[in-house]
Amino acid sequence: MKYTEQHEWLDEDNGIVTVGITAHAAEQLGDIVFVELPEVGIEVSKDDEVVVIESVKAASDILAPLDGEIIEVNDPLTDDPGKVNEDPEGEAWFFKIKVEDLSDLDDYMDDAEYKDFIS
Amino acid sequence: MGDHVANPNTALKRTPLHGLHLELGAKMVPFAGWEMPVHYPMGVLREHLHTRAEAGLFDVSHMGQVILTCDPAALEAVVPVDVIGLAEGRQRYGIFTSDTGGILDDLMIANRGDHLFVVVNASMADQDISLLRDALGDAVQPITNRALLALQGPRSEDILAEVTLSCREMRFMDVATLPSPHGDLWVSRSGYTGEDGFEISVANDQAEALARALLAHPAVAPIGLGARDSLRLEAGLPLYGADLDRATTPAEAGLGWAIGKARRENRRDFPGAATILDQLAMGPARKRVGLLPRTRAPMRAGVTLFSSETAEMPIGTVTSGAFGPSLDAPISMGYVATEHAASGTVLFGELRGKRLPVSVTQLPFRPSTYKR
Repeated sequence: MKYTEQHEWLDEDNGIVTVGITAHAAEQLGDIVFVELPEVGIEVSKDDEVVVIESVKAASDILAPLDGEIIEVNDPLTDDPGKVNEDPEGEAWFFKIKVEDLSDLDDYMDDAEYKDFIS
Repeated sequence: MGDHVANPNTALKRTPLHGLHLELGAKMVPFAGWEMPVHYPMGVLREHLHTRAEAGLFDVSHMGQVILTCDPAALEAVVPVDVIGLAEGRQRYGIFTSDTGGILDDLMIANRGDHLFVVVNASMADQDISLLRDALGDAVQPITNRALLALQGPRSEDILAEVTLSCREMRFMDVATLPSPHGDLWVSRSGYTGEDGFEISVANDQAEALARALLAHPAVAPIGLGARDSLRLEAGLPLYGADLDRATTPAEAGLGWAIGKARRENRRDFPGAATILDQLAMGPARKRVGLLPRTRAPMRAGVTLFSSETAEMPIGTVTSGAFGPSLDAPISMGYVATEHAASGTVLFGELRGKRLPVSVTQLPFRPSTYKR
């Protein structure tokens, strides 16, 4: 598992990276009330805004962590945004992205580094 | 030079319940110069729903409590409210107006027999006390030795009755001094949530004991400013600084009802009277309305409103917006040009470069449950 400074977790399997937000981020945001997901099939570049989430406090963007193609999104979140608070690092993933260059993942933090980052 | 001397201008004030908030696990934030709880571990959403279902306890000690020992008629010089007609033991909503007809703040005015008692917004307290002193001089006595709690929600009466039984006899907007184990409580049956409930002024040194006594009841949860905001928004209540300001007039804000008949017809001697009364008679060019976004995306303060997906000129602005937990939908309040203010009109709010539909609707979003 890898982590970004924007508190996304990245779970790579066979060239496909599943992206969600960490439990730490979900707790900081508070109750999530709105999730807007990207369209399946679009090509995105690193740092593109691909997901909008809103909590009771404010709106925030989730950025694409890597260049690639969005191949799947977690549609049920749109109707049940509260799932992001319940299971942020499990069922409440946002999207899956197919990446060309997996070496870009090396730039991100591992478990221990992320733990340091949020402490 | 003293590197470590705290700057008195930036030090946040703390209420007598500060220690209790920390003990309860509150997230504390700066608010109008005070360090206040924005939510507790329960979270904004559940705090909101708990208040509507049972009862919530709010610390609103940051608000300005002021005693006025003047004749009621004297206060009429700075507010367009019928203060002379306010009976003893009753409270009335009011506004301060400027010479140009804008709203300088909103407040509650209570007639407590030998004096008036007013409660003003924390963010405007300095301004309000200064304008009261200009008009009333030494009759203005800011109260700093009392905290202010609000107990809101359908179980409020049963819970407060365990501390002071006679609260049961009060109806909406009554005020009374009630004896309790925590000293005399200055109680009003009112609030800022749309629910039945009470606002309770208590001596600083008794505030924590009273709060603990109320929280000991299983139906009571502590509620932060976050839920206070979504509760008042669902109830259609404007927030000064967001939905009301000095560039907004009573007619625009839909607050003409706060200007009693006696002040419209006879005692028309309040600041901005000519402008305000003209506008109430002729109708304002823009109006405060409720707005129901038709998607699940909340439209928050600052979102610009258009009459169509392609129109170039904005016709309004959102001034408050949030997710309404009791409606399970996003809700907003804002100002729109009068020709677009009819209920059911579909407008478009510009959000992240997209125009999303939003329906104009009447306020409140949820009917209030006051005990009349």
